[in-house]
Amino acid sequence: MKKLLLLPVSWLLTLAANAQTTFPVNGVADPRSGCYAFINATIIKDPATTLQKATLLIKEGKVVSVGNGTPPADAVVIDCKGRFIYPSLIDIYSDYGISAPQRSSDAFDYTAPQQFSSATKGAYNWNQAIKSETNAADLFSTDDGKAQPLREMGFGTVLSHYKDGIARGTGVVATLSAKKENLVIIKERAAAFYSFSKGSSRQSYPSSTMGAVALLRQNYLDAQWYKTRPAKEGINKTLEAWNEQQALPQIFETTDKWAGLRADQVGDEFGVQYIIKGGGNEYQRIHEIAATKAPYILSLNFPDAQKVEDPADARFIAWKDLAHWELAPTNPATFEKQKIPFALTAADLKDPKTFWPNLRKAILAGLSAKTALEALTTTPATFLKIADRVGRLEPGYLANFLITNGELFAEKTTLLENWIQGERYDINAKNSTGLTGQYALRITGAGGVTEYQLEVKNNSLATVKTNEALTTKFSSDGNLVSISFSLKPTTKVIGTGQKDSVFENKQAGALIRLSGVNYGDSWQGVGANEKGLPVSWVATLTKTTAAGKDSARQVWEQPEARVVYPFSSYGNTRLPEQETILIKSATVWTNETGGKQEQTDVLVKNGKIAQIGKGIAAAGARVIDGAGKHLTPGIIDEHSHIAVFSINEGAQSVTSEVRIGDNLNPDDINIYRQLSGGVTTSQILHGSANTIGGQSQLIKLRWGADAEGLKFKGADPFIKFALGENVKRTTVTQGNNRYPDTRMGVYEVLNDAFQRARDYEKALKSGDKTIRRDLELDALVEILNHKRFITCHSYVQSEILGLIHIAEKYGFKVNTFTHILEGYKVADRIRQHGANVSTFSDWWAYKTEVQDAIPYNAALMQQLGLNVCINSDDAEMARRLNQEAAKTIKYGGVSEEDALKMVTLNPAKALHIDNRVGSIKVGKDADLVLWSDHPLSIYARAMYTLVDGAIYFNREQDREGRVQAATERNRLLQKMLSAGKNGAATVPAKPTAQVVLHCEEHEQSAGVLDVDAFDL
Amino acid sequence: MKRFIYIFLLFLAVPAMAQDDIYPAKKQTGTIIIHNGTIHTGTGLVIPQGTVIVKDGKIQKVGDRPENIAGATVIDAAGKHVYPGLILTSTDLGLREILSGVRGSNDYYELGDYNPDVRSVVAYNADSKVINTLRSNGILLANVAPSGRFLTGTSSVVQLDAWSWEDALYTADIGMFLNLPALFRSPRSSGSDPVKEDMKKIEALKAFFGEAKAYLKGTERRETNLKFEAMRPLFEQKQQLFINADISRQILMAIDLAKTFGIRVVIVGGSDSYLLADLLKQNHIPVILNSIHALPTMEDDDVDQPFKTPAILQKAGVLFALNDNEGSSRYRNLAFFAGTATAYGLSKEEALQAVTLNAARILGIENQTGSLEAGKDANIVIATGDILDMKSSVVTDALIQGRRIDLNNKHKQLYERYRHKYQLQ
Repeated sequence: MKKLLLLPVSWLLTLAANAQTTFPVNGVADPRSGCYAFINATIIKDPATTLQKATLLIKEGKVVSVGNGTPPADAVVIDCKGRFIYPSLIDIYSDYGISAPQRSSDAFDYTAPQQFSSATKGAYNWNQAIKSETNAADLFSTDDGKAQPLREMGFGTVLSHYKDGIARGTGVVATLSAKKENLVIIKERAAAFYSFSKGSSRQSYPSSTMGAVALLRQNYLDAQWYKTRPAKEGINKTLEAWNEQQALPQIFETTDKWAGLRADQVGDEFGVQYIIKGGGNEYQRIHEIAATKAPYILSLNFPDAQKVEDPADARFIAWKDLAHWELAPTNPATFEKQKIPFALTAADLKDPKTFWPNLRKAILAGLSAKTALEALTTTPATFLKIADRVGRLEPGYLANFLITNGELFAEKTTLLENWIQGERYDINAKNSTGLTGQYALRITGAGGVTEYQLEVKNNSLATVKTNEALTTKFSSDGNLVSISFSLKPTTKVIGTGQKDSVFENKQAGALIRLSGVNYGDSWQGVGANEKGLPVSWVATLTKTTAAGKDSARQVWEQPEARVVYPFSSYGNTRLPEQETILIKSATVWTNETGGKQEQTDVLVKNGKIAQIGKGIAAAGARVIDGAGKHLTPGIIDEHSHIAVFSINEGAQSVTSEVRIGDNLNPDDINIYRQLSGGVTTSQILHGSANTIGGQSQLIKLRWGADAEGLKFKGADPFIKFALGENVKRTTVTQGNNRYPDTRMGVYEVLNDAFQRARDYEKALKSGDKTIRRDLELDALVEILNHKRFITCHSYVQSEILGLIHIAEKYGFKVNTFTHILEGYKVADRIRQHGANVSTFSDWWAYKTEVQDAIPYNAALMQQLGLNVCINSDDAEMARRLNQEAAKTIKYGGVSEEDALKMVTLNPAKALHIDNRVGSIKVGKDADLVLWSDHPLSIYARAMYTLVDGAIYFNREQDREGRVQAATERNRLLQKMLSAGKNGAATVPAKPTAQVVLHCEEHEQSAGVLDVDAFDL
Repeated sequence: MKRFIYIFLLFLAVPAMAQDDIYPAKKQTGTIIIHNGTIHTGTGLVIPQGTVIVKDGKIQKVGDRPENIAGATVIDAAGKHVYPGLILTSTDLGLREILSGVRGSNDYYELGDYNPDVRSVVAYNADSKVINTLRSNGILLANVAPSGRFLTGTSSVVQLDAWSWEDALYTADIGMFLNLPALFRSPRSSGSDPVKEDMKKIEALKAFFGEAKAYLKGTERRETNLKFEAMRPLFEQKQQLFINADISRQILMAIDLAKTFGIRVVIVGGSDSYLLADLLKQNHIPVILNSIHALPTMEDDDVDQPFKTPAILQKAGVLFALNDNEGSSRYRNLAFFAGTATAYGLSKEEALQAVTLNAARILGIENQTGSLEAGKDANIVIATGDILDMKSSVVTDALIQGRRIDLNNKHKQLYERYRHKYQLQ
């Protein structure tokens, strides 16, 4: 037995020993040229060229010729009549031969102590997620167990890399041959890899998407700077490697359409065109993706149908997930249609067996077979600059090819053999060798000869027939055959609808057992009859039958779901457009000297307010009756955290390098919900986890626009600061180890940051070329130069005065104190400094520093002459900001018009955009809300919300949309159900998470599926 | 001592600080007449220029005619609106002073899975600074409930003008509180079936209930089980089981508990209750809707779903109350939730009822309070305008059991302190 086991291993060793020159031979030399000629084949040389009845000649692992020539005498000739030969496939996104990164079991814990520096030992980068020094070629080792499933899928070559970190070093191109690594690696450093995910790094920075972007950006600059060999940096092997890798193809892994666009933008800043590994939902934003000109790598990992039988489960799956299930297979076809070059990969597939069915699904969804083949051969070869060696069958190319019994993508086609570097790997060769058909089975024993009919369906199913139904067990690997059947039929039928009943073995009677060898059209062997006596047997082919239909075939129905913008419930098939709109006879709250004007018309044209007055006529205008209704400027939320993928880069006390604008999420349903509450502009702020947070992003709520389209163009840049408890990490349960831990320390963090910024600026101005460009300090220098403005989260009077002191010391002004619940205590000092204030109406007692918060704060500060705003900091409350403003009437007696200004004109002033928005004035942006009632009344509902003169929310349309949405949901659920019934793989229902981000400030009532930022 | 005096003088020197001079009112005797106000009785009735007569802490009469009683204290409510006192139906008021960061200020969450014996009221801090900010927004009664993991203990109704918890106690131990497990696969759950795991917990709970019921039927016992003893009022239907349940499956399980053990159940939270309105009606299960100023559960849900849920329950005939458990504003916006429910389908009087009489019914105190009707406690609020709308909702007077309570609070005092600083008039 031992000997038997050893056989295959020694066979492999022989091969390996055979190959390599420097390796001594233990025994007698066995040089072979591996010369084979495959004749009479249909050869697909490359996706565009097919040769009929052609010959492929290979030698020493390479293609010698492809054509019609006569094979040389020394070639082993293999007749491939009826066979097809294709170049073996290339997987550009593999980690074959690389051991998986060690990941810590527990996720990043926001409440745990932080890790400030890299745990990687050696002369490497400060940040553990930048691993450019990693070379997959150094880690690579062949692994036959993992190669086999890939070979079975049809792959011959892979680009393998270490899938860990933000910069991941280089990938290695290797074949899936079982030879020694030395011969398998065909390009040692073929591409450099990146992502936004820090992977196994436990270093706290970066802890957010925007932090990852900032880290990449700074690394490009650092690497450039490192070329000057700055003495202060010493040896940095990571930056050295980074620089060396820049000439290679640059591959960026993303998990989502927006991340792809984000990656491309980072690349553009540094003149790099990434090849982007997509997330599978790119079809939802294909025009933006096409505009980037980035090549893509697409996975065939399509979502499975979910188990939606129970409506209690189905309820928690959002339309976007249901529709994505239907549309995901259209992703490759959508790329083809847009002429975006892309490669396909088997990466991310949970089960390798789904590769071909999913690929066929993509083809059914519109992907052409030619492009599909290109995406698996020539395209990845071109991406990797190895198109002169793999991807097609040409003289001199590696002898990597597939032999099939039909066209590669046809459902009935079987992959028979996969030859890699001139060596044969059996996939299904034996199994498919003409087994199917009817055989005359003749058994000879002591009692004479018995004849049966044997019908073989495939290599594991056959039936022995006589007059009676018989139980048959059959198996064949194409060479060895084993048959057993009983003479005594049992009554229990297992299979239904089949002419020949098949029974379970244990239920059968005494068995006749046969074992033999397939010699082609006749099989022979020996066995034992039902009494255990020896017999011999022969089976002779009498009739061949066609291969049966693939029973696992899934029914493909063209998707009906439409791509809407954004891809969410309440998305629109077309973006709202600017219209000429006349709002008639409304009560118009102008916020201008005219104040509140009764029965007034407002004309909107080209996105602007064109005319205000009585009896305005405008031909062709869409008229909205405003009688009994109130028109106000759009609400401006000075403090918001919606529409982003991350909000806090809390890993360091100073992170002025991170930018909220780097990670906008235009799909956030809260954009739409807030439009329904009259919000038109929001300042998206970094959270309050650290003293100097990130750069803010002002957006207009243009529901459906992309990240760039959301941005409020031309606005002054802002930045978020924070003071007090959050910055001290008061709620950390396992002890804070991040400086500062007191307000004394917070003050010094500020003092230090601005001193460093001032020194940095001085050094830059002096023309010192050795200075490292520091994006963190750049932002602070902008503050010193009055080019960037601070919004500071602050509560108690001591810290308010502290920041004012810092600002005055360094000669700048704090633009806005936000939250500022003790602002009323030092309102005189804030006024003297000249800051704006933005506060909550009635929050208090949710932590120690808000013990003295009072709802009269806004009114008091206003009485002291400050520009007071009321903000939300809460995705829910933002849609009721008019009501929050109304509370200042109750608490402190603010006038109605002044109260409304606190959520319109005053934030516009604080954000330096009052020349554009905040009041109803001719020439200003037509950002307007038509309310059903007095806008400060709790009974008021926004009927229309306009942004730039386009209707983004229309309550009537919203109501109609709900009915359609319900119908569409039902259609998709029904389709999912029937897919499950028809045998499609299903997974348990997976609720769609609602990500609601906030600044570590308070508890929110955001529904049961609310996922906090820190959980992600 | 010297220091003490100094501090004392300081308090005298500036307008009163830290609300230590806001005294609970004395027991009311004699007669009070509230006249000329628009009276919202809480039963759906509105009486313009009506009269409420209060005697010895009780409402003696509510009418539409002016009355003149010798020696009576007169409250002129001309141009104002008169309402029953608002009721918080489920709250940690008095148990949780500072929401986060200060563990020592909190007494609301006890350890252990089964704590039916735990009583919230014994930890109720009648001096909590939050309380006075609620009174000045019309909230006069609160059902104070303990939190915890599973079966968390009993709640008691307190009145919000008291020296101590004994003094505050309005109705003791009216409800037992239970948290149901999530009963759904959360977006991040993987591996084992979380619904099955949660069902196991519910099975264990049922076993606990079953054993308690059996124990209580027994007569002779060697050891007393305080937890089981605490379950007696529940099985005798003298107490209700308040079940925190939001999603459909939780609500269905809550109905199951009611049927299995023949107990009276109240749903608390109820964000999905609109999906089961008919079922709730059939089974006579009332709902306490927590803060409806909430986002919809799912992004596909109607954007205004939480706002219009009350109208759906009303239409279906489900008894429901609105509750404010919003941590950041500390429960003072109860009336405005009723306002929002009005904007989305309720009438104003129906909405008012959802924070007064319905609340009293659900808490089982409707014979004592919840409406302005003769014989009930004189728990009355007077506001300058529509109390449901923040722009007009300024409370000028409030009576608890006829006692005119001081509507000052820490916020008003700090306001005055800084008006003083800035010499504002």
